[in-house]
Formats: sequence, structure tokens, C-alpha cells
Amino acid sequence: MTALVIRGGHLIDPAAGVDGLKDILLKDGRVAEIAGPGKLKLANGAEVLDATGLTVAPGLVDIHVHLREPGQGYKETIATGTAAAAAGGFTSVAAMPNTRPVNDSAEITRWMQSPERGASIRVFPIAAATRGSKGETLNDYAALKSAGAVAVTDDGLPILKDNIMRETLVAAARVGLSVIQHAEDTRLTQGASMNAGPMAFKLGLRGMPTEAESGLVERDIRLVTELRDNRVHLHVAHTSTAAALAAVRQARRSGLRVTCEVAPHHFLLTEEHVGCYNTNAKMNPPLRSAADRDTMVEAILDGVVDAIATDHAPHAIHEKEVEFEHAPNGITGLETALGLSLRWLHKEWKLPMGRVLSLLSAQPAALLGLKGRGTLAVGSFADVVVFDPKAEWTFNARETKSKSRNTPFDGWTMQGKVRWTISEGRVAYSSPS
Amino acid sequence: MTLAVTPTRRTLHLPTAPASLFPFNRGSLLSASDLSLEEIGRLLARATALEDQDPLTRERILAKRRVALLFYESSTRTRTSFELAAKALGADTTLVSSLSSSIEKGETLKDTGLTLRALGAEAIILRHNSSGAPWLLEAETRLPVLNAGDGMHEHPTQALLDLRTLLAHLRPGVEALTAETLAGITVTIVGDILHSRVARSNMQLLPRLGARILVCGPKELLPEVAAQAGPGITIERNFEAALRQSQAVMMLRIQAERLAGLQLDLEQYKANYQLTGQRLATQAPEAIVLHPGPIIRGLEVTAGVADGPQSVILEQVKNGVAVRMAVVERALGAGSKQGGRA
Repeated sequence: MTALVIRGGHLIDPAAGVDGLKDILLKDGRVAEIAGPGKLKLANGAEVLDATGLTVAPGLVDIHVHLREPGQGYKETIATGTAAAAAGGFTSVAAMPNTRPVNDSAEITRWMQSPERGASIRVFPIAAATRGSKGETLNDYAALKSAGAVAVTDDGLPILKDNIMRETLVAAARVGLSVIQHAEDTRLTQGASMNAGPMAFKLGLRGMPTEAESGLVERDIRLVTELRDNRVHLHVAHTSTAAALAAVRQARRSGLRVTCEVAPHHFLLTEEHVGCYNTNAKMNPPLRSAADRDTMVEAILDGVVDAIATDHAPHAIHEKEVEFEHAPNGITGLETALGLSLRWLHKEWKLPMGRVLSLLSAQPAALLGLKGRGTLAVGSFADVVVFDPKAEWTFNARETKSKSRNTPFDGWTMQGKVRWTISEGRVAYSSPS
Repeated sequence: MTLAVTPTRRTLHLPTAPASLFPFNRGSLLSASDLSLEEIGRLLARATALEDQDPLTRERILAKRRVALLFYESSTRTRTSFELAAKALGADTTLVSSLSSSIEKGETLKDTGLTLRALGAEAIILRHNSSGAPWLLEAETRLPVLNAGDGMHEHPTQALLDLRTLLAHLRPGVEALTAETLAGITVTIVGDILHSRVARSNMQLLPRLGARILVCGPKELLPEVAAQAGPGITIERNFEAALRQSQAVMMLRIQAERLAGLQLDLEQYKANYQLTGQRLATQAPEAIVLHPGPIIRGLEVTAGVADGPQSVILEQVKNGVAVRMAVVERALGAGSKQGGRA
């Protein structure tokens, strides 16, 4: 494999504590050497990328995406979803198991990672916690793990029953897997299509109360507490309510291994963005009140939130061009996560660049135990994003690499333009220059 | 004495929701909030003028113009009323209902709308069981869309006809509408507020003319959040107390089809919220009684009240035709200024 040199860029690698001008040598899919500007001994035939004026960082890691394969290739394929991820600066994505059929087997887990899928970056399958994600019978976690699964979840649906959730936590801990909970007490959300509150009343839509999320998070934390086993790791997916975040904060103070992620739409948008029944503002959990949204921002700034994850959920245009209550939940997010995070978390709310990048790479990688990802220390995977941190640009959903364009961020101003995304030493995305 | 120091919270500048692009078509009536008071005044004046006009002249106004009625729910009053209104102006109407059409075969609202447009429909009157459906139809067809009731959301022409009825009794002779026109008037809306599009449209419209709205009903049918639906709205769960303050009382049907598993003790409901002759005579002997229909006699109102001297229920029905003539005329851009196409 040929070597690749990234020269003249400003390297920010929060996990390694690096923040300065560095040249990087990538070789055989790994980071081979890091040196001050001009200090690298260039091997013959090495390709050189000139990153002068650009920021060089560990490739981004999204631990919550829906790639829709197997079964729903009309919404997204592993090839198109990872192309969108690469365009967004991501080099690792963890793919949720609510495919058709549900990924509850070693066979499907392997199928998703096969080179034949045409992924342009690394895909880490997350397997279903229960058979068919029906919340009744646990899957064989050891087999799933050896096939490459990095966590278990029934995402899209909760693991609702107390005894099943307890067994899931125990069995996953035994093989060293995290349990990711989609915290929604579905007994409280029947027929609901947005956040419960004045806006839902006004629009004549049935609402999902915040307790449907926080109640289940509290229940899960109680189970983790009772288990008294420090191998147990509970991760709360797409946290959207102040009450759920308070529960996570409390659990952490008690020393429990409870982590959480927040999606860009939950730290930027509120239920008001549903506007006149905009189905691209419909997702689950729903956009919440301004108070909940403000809490998400505060929690990111003060460090309680462990990761930013997009919950990238592509749907075909015709599926979203229907009555609001009949539209499927979810929005795309892979190409807007970095631009929105830099525009708002960094520029507007002054979160240091290193912390923003850590929330998008080092922390999520560590959370799922993705070794050699989320850092550019020598010996790590050569997963790199090179971007212009000052560039402002407008996201145009029509130009997406995803198969779908169901996003509420069409036309929004982004900050930070990805120039190159490098996955294990190969250029996976290069911006048209 | 110690002064407690509250931690200062950062003030965050956050993105705000974009302004609505709706309605795309100036002839549309999606929500009661689409109309300014001036426009409402104009519509009510046109309703009166059209009602008084010679039927043979009137039917030239929209002669041979095509209006589609697209109904996903059963309806007697609204459908007939819109149809008679459009026909009175000379328009050709066609009715498409969810049964006996391609909707049954799974055709989407978008495709049905585009098909109607291709068939020459110049406006669509839509009744739909999903809240927000008229917004979807308007965005996809860009035709004038008249909301004839969408799910639990709105029923703007009902609010207009209710306003016409209220004005006739409480403010006879008033012409221009202002934010004070109904000042001093209290209207109580009683019953299944949660599932009622009539309530939501009236709660939107009437406070803008200065009316005070009391909403009355049990918690299951009237959640606390209703008080935040807009200014001028107060919850009063005691029916007698509400009646005593009211110049008008609007009774609603319990929408069994939208209860979604909710169990209600109907005997208890009647004991607390049924409008009986005795309640009316003792608490609100001067108030007028409205009901958007359909009435379930013996449940929310007794037969005696429905047929009694304070009832204006049939006037509402009659006002419906007049108001809808004005709304259909506006939809096709054939208002008095343009003088119609004929």
C-alpha cells in the first residue's frame, strides 16, 4: 500500500493531547509518524496532501446511524450511507439493527461488513438485543460479538420489560458489550407523533410526554444500580429531555457506567420547528420544548453528554410526503453534524474546537470500545478528516450523497468544510475544489 | 441576613423556527389564523350580499368553474353546505369520498390531489381525518384548498359561521370587525375539547375579536395544556359557574371515533356537563346555545334545549351556506372587486 502524507495542517487530536502544526505520515492503513512541519522523511512515491490552513483531526465516529440494509435499499444502502458519512467527515459509523430483517444474527452482522456492500468507510454493526427486536428473547451475544457487533440494542423500539432489560444488561456485560437503550415507554406514546405540550394541542396531534423517555431511563438506571456489576454499561441513545439527562447526570455521580448521546437536532431545534406539519421535523424522540433543548446545550457545554450522534435515518421522499401522523420518524444527519456542531457549539457557544471534535470522535469511539479509532496517535488507524475550520457554506439537501434528503437543515449555514476524509489510509471523500 | 446567589445561566442565542410559507395560494383557507380581521369582515359582508342576491345573477359568479369536494370522513352538514354554496354560485362540483374512489386502493393524498387538479379542479374542499392534511394538499397541488375539517385540528369555516351567528345575536348591525367587537362577551365551549377541531378554530378566532373563552369539561377531554392554546382562554371545570358568566354556550359532541381507548363514564359526564333545560334556565337564561352538530340528543344536550328558544343551532346551519359561498368565491378569486368571471 502506498504511503500518504498530510502536510502543513493544524493537527487537533484531543485524545492524544495534540494541538499544533504537524505533518502526518499514513502507511499501511495506520498512522506511521507524526512530526513538526517539514520534519518528515518523505518516502519515495508518497502521495502528499497539502493541508496548509486546514485542520487535521481524527476521522469522526457516529455511533447511531440507520443504513437501511439489508431490506430497505430504496431509502439508503450501506454504500450510499457511508458515502454520505465520508462527505460529512466520518470514518466510522455504528449501524443500527432495525433493518429488514432485523439484524439479530451473526450472519447478517457479517453480511453488513462484507466488502461487497461497497462501504467507503468502516461500518460497525450494532446487533439486536432481542430476537426480531420484539423485546422477548435474548440473542446470542457471544456469537454476535465474534461476528463483529459492537453493542446491542432494539433501537427504534425500547427493551420495555424489566426482566428482559435486566437479563440483557447482564448477558451483554458478560461478553463485554454495551447496551444501548431507545428510551421510550411505548405504553405512553401510542398514536403520538410529536412532543406533548401546547404545540401538539394546537396542531391537534397526539403528544409523546417527556416522562415516556425519562421514566424508562430512570428504570434502566435502577436496574444498573441493582446489578452492582461494573462491567455493565448502559448507553442512552438520542437523549432529548431534561429529566432523562438529570437521571444520567445523577447516575454518573453515583459512579455508574451510564453514558448518553445527543443528536444535533435535539440541541438545535424545538417542537416549534414542526411548524405547519413539516414531516422533516418528525423523528423519535421528537423535537422537544425550548427548555429541554436548552438543557441539551448546557449539558454538552458542561460535559455530561458523552457523544454527539446523528441518528441518521433516511426515508424516501414519497414516505415523507404524507399526512404528518402517517410519516415515518427520522431525518438524515451525516453531512450536517460537523457543520452544525462547529457553527453552533464552537462558534456561537464557544465550546473549544478540541472538545467539539472529541464529542464527534474520541469519546464515541471510547464509549463503544472501538480500538484505534477516534485518535491519530502513532499506530492508530489512518482515519483522518481534513477540513477548513473557517469556511462557511450552505447545506443543499439536493446535493446529498445519501439516497434520501429528509432533513430539516436544508439551506442552513454550516461552518467547517470537509476537504478530505481518509479511511484506513485511503481517500474516501475529496471535496470538489 | 444572607443574600442567596443564583447561578447565572448563560444566555444562548439559538436558531428560531422559520416563518411559515403557508398558505401558498391566496385563495386558500387552511386555518382561522390565515385571515386578518379585515378579511373576515369582508367575507361576512360578502356572505350577506350573496345571500341577498338574486339566485339567477348569483349563479353566474362562478359559472362553469370547477370545485372538487374531497372527503375522507363522513359528513352531512359541511359537505352539503359547501356543495350548495358552490352550486349557488354556479360552480360545477364533484364529490370524491374515501369510500368508492381510488383512495380505497391506497392512493396517497398527494396523488389524489394532483389527479383532481389534472381533471380541471380549480379549488379543493378537503375534509380529512389527519390533522394537517390540508397543508400537505396545498403544498403539493398549490391550488386553493379549503379546510373543511382536519382531524383534531381546525374547521375554519365552522368558526366563521359561528362568528356570524354570534354577531347576529350579540352585536346586531356591527360592520367593521375590530379587536374590541366582542369585548365583554364570554363564550363557553363545553365537552370534548381535546378532539375538537371546532373548539380549536373558535379558540383561535374569537379571542382576536375580544371575546373571552371558557373551556369546560373533564380532564380526559380537556387537558390543562388547552389554556396555553392562545390568549383569552381559561379553563372552568364547573359547568354552572361557566354558564353563569356566558352570553353564548357552545356544546360539543363526544367524539367516540377519536377516543383511542379512553374509557368515559357517560352517566357521570351527563351529570356534570349535559346542558339541560333546568341548568340553562337557572344559570344562563339569556345565553344563546350553539352546537356544530352532529347532535347526540340526550347526551351533551337534552332534546328540549336543542329545540328550545335559546337554541340557534339551525341558524348556524343556515349561516354555514352563506359563509361558505363567500369562502368559495374568495378561493376562486371571484370576489366583488373582480366582479366574477362571467
